[in-house]
Amino acid sequence: MTSLREELGPYFGEYGGRFVPESLIAALDELDAAYREARADPLFAAELAELHRSYTGRPSILTEAPRFAEHAGGARILLKREDLNHTGSHKINNVLGQALVARRLGKKRLIAETGAGQHGVATATAAALFGMDCVVYMGEVDTERQALNVARMRLLGAEVVPVKTGSRTLKDAINDALRDWVANVDTTHYLLGTVAGPHPFPVMVRDFHAVIGEEARQQVLDLTGALPDAVTACVGGGSNAMGIFHAFLDDAEVKLYGYEAAGEGHLTERHAATITRGRPGVLHGARSYMLQDDDGQTIESHSISAGLDYPGVGPEHAWLNDIGRASYLPITDAEAMDALRLLSRTEGIIPAIESAHALAGTLALGRELGPDSTILVSLSGRGDKDMETAARYFELVSREELARSAAADAPEGSRGDDA
Amino acid sequence: MTAAAGTGVAPVIAQRVEQGSGALVGYLPLGFPDLQTSIDAAVALVENGVDALELGVPYSDPVMDGTVIQQATQAALARGFRLRQSFDAVAAIRERVDAPVLLMTYWNPVVQYGVDRFADDLLAAGGAGLITPDLIPDEGADWLAASDRTGLDRVFLAAPSSSDARIAQAVELSRGFVYAVSTMGITGARTDVDSAARALVARLRSAGSTSACVGVGISTAQQVAEVLEYADGAIVGSALVRALADGGVAQAARTAAELAAGKA
Repeated sequence: MTSLREELGPYFGEYGGRFVPESLIAALDELDAAYREARADPLFAAELAELHRSYTGRPSILTEAPRFAEHAGGARILLKREDLNHTGSHKINNVLGQALVARRLGKKRLIAETGAGQHGVATATAAALFGMDCVVYMGEVDTERQALNVARMRLLGAEVVPVKTGSRTLKDAINDALRDWVANVDTTHYLLGTVAGPHPFPVMVRDFHAVIGEEARQQVLDLTGALPDAVTACVGGGSNAMGIFHAFLDDAEVKLYGYEAAGEGHLTERHAATITRGRPGVLHGARSYMLQDDDGQTIESHSISAGLDYPGVGPEHAWLNDIGRASYLPITDAEAMDALRLLSRTEGIIPAIESAHALAGTLALGRELGPDSTILVSLSGRGDKDMETAARYFELVSREELARSAAADAPEGSRGDDA
Repeated sequence: MTAAAGTGVAPVIAQRVEQGSGALVGYLPLGFPDLQTSIDAAVALVENGVDALELGVPYSDPVMDGTVIQQATQAALARGFRLRQSFDAVAAIRERVDAPVLLMTYWNPVVQYGVDRFADDLLAAGGAGLITPDLIPDEGADWLAASDRTGLDRVFLAAPSSSDARIAQAVELSRGFVYAVSTMGITGARTDVDSAARALVARLRSAGSTSACVGVGISTAQQVAEVLEYADGAIVGSALVRALADGGVAQAARTAAELAAGKA
C-alpha cells in the first residue's frame, strides 16, 4: 500500500489545485518555494519547536475522560488538549509556522480571515510577537456573535475589518482577504487559517498542525500500549482534523471520523454539512466539496458554531472521504450543545462549540464501538469565547442580566469603531 | 478550430488597430439592474462606440471584483438571476448589434453547468468566448479542449507579477486577446493606470502577442487614450456599471460615448 501520509499536493485525487486570479500565482509559487525550503531546513524546524515549547505550551497533554466516557458506551476516551495552547485553540500551531515562513519571505504585514475569531486572535498574537502589521477580515455577523474575540484582536494591535458583503460570514471574509492579497501581495502574507484554499495552503497548514497527531499518537501508545481504535475531530475547513488525522493515515486499523456541523439538521436548509450534503466544485482557490445550488452559486451555511460555519472543506478531506479512509458525519447544534454541557459537568472542561461537535460524535461512536475500545478526540479549543452563546442557549442567566452585562462591557464609542 | 464567422473578438480588435485607434471593450454584469435592462445597456454600449462586450456572469464569491461590480452582481443574484439566462442575453444582444460578446465568468458555475454544455450553449447563442478570472491555463484542460472543439475564444489573464514562462503560456493559449491586468489589484476605478501596464504589454509583445487588452482601473477617456498608445484594446468596467446604476441605460450610453472619444 502506498503511504497516504506522503501526499504533498497540489492535488489530492481530483481535489485541490489553484483556482485563483493570475495575479496571485507568483505569490503562491514564492510561498510554495519558501515553504519547501523551510520544511527541509533543520534550523526552521528547531525554531518552530522552540516556539512551541516556550510560547505555545507544547506538547499539549492528553486527558482521559472517564466520567464523560460513561455516556459513551464505556469506551475509553482520551482528549488531546489543544484547548490548553496559548490563545486557546489549535490555531496557533499553523499561525506560528506561517509567520516564520512570512518572515523568511521578508513580508511585514499579515492578513487573515476569521470565523469564530480563534484564527484571527492567533494571527494577531503572532503579529505582535514578530512585530508585524496585522489586518483580520471577519464577517460582520461573526463580529457580533464573537465580540470578545474582536476585542482581543484589537488589544493585540490588529485591525479588524467587519466584512459586510454576501452572507457576512467566514466565506466572505476569505473573499476580502483574497482581494486584499491581490492588491498588496508584495508586502503581505495571507495567513490562511485552514487546510483549504489554493496550493500550497492545504499541505502547509496540514503540516503545521500535524504535530497534534504526532504527539497524540505517541501519547496514546505510551498510555495504553496500543493505537486507538478511532480518532475523532470536528470539521469546518478541517485544520484540527487534518492535524490529528495525519499521523494515523497509514494506520489502517485506526478509524478516522470527522464531524461536520449539521446546524438545525442536515436535512434542513440550515446546516454546514459540506461533505454530507454538498458536491464537488471550486471555491476559494481549490476544488473540493462545497454547498452550492444548481448554478454553482455558493449556498450560505448555518451553524451555532462560527468556526464551523463554512460552506467548503479542505481538499484532502474530500479525497479521504472519497477513498473511504475517513468518514464524515453530521452533528446538529443541539447535539453539540448537549455534549458541551456534558463534558463541562462530567470532567470540568468547557470545550469550544466547534470541539463539542467532535465530542457529540464520539458519544455515539463509543456506544457503537463498545467498552473495549479507545477513542482519541481532538479537543481543538476552549469554550471561553462561547460563553455568551452558551449562556443564551441554556438560559444560564436572565436576558436582563445578559443585556446589562453587554452594556457594561461596551463603553461609549467602542462599538463600530474600526480605526 | 476556426471560430464561427464573425463571432471571434480578435478580428474586430485587429480591424480597430489597423484603423489606428485600437478597441474599446466594455464590461457590464448580466441581470443588473434586471435582465432586460442589462441587455438594453449592452446594446447601447455598442451603439455608442464600444467595439466588444464583456458580460459578467453574477457569482456569489467574486474575488477579483471591487465594490462597484460586487454590489451589482449581488443585486442581480438577489433578483433571481439564473445561469441559463446568460445565453438568452447573449442571443438577444447579438440579434440587435454586430459586436463580439464574451462572457466573463468565475469557474465554478461553468463546472456545474458542464464545461462542454456551457461551450455548446454559448456558441449556439452567438457568443464569442469566455474570460476566466479564476481559471489559469494550468487548471483548464477541460476548457482548452472544449474551446478548441467549438472555436470559442478563451481569454486568460496576465499580471505584472507573472513570470516570463507564464506570460508566454498566456499568449500561446489565449485566443481573442490576452487580458493584461494593469495593476496588482481588483476591479475598480483608479486615478492612475499603473505604468506596470505598459511594461506588461511590452512583455506580452515580446512573447508574440498581437492582441493585448488592458483592464482593471480604467475609467476615463484620457486613460483609454493612454492605454491605446501601446495596447490593442482598453477594457472599462466599473465606470460603466456605476453609470448604469446611477443613471440607467441613458447614462451608461453617454459614458460609453465619452470613453470612446479616447480612441480618437
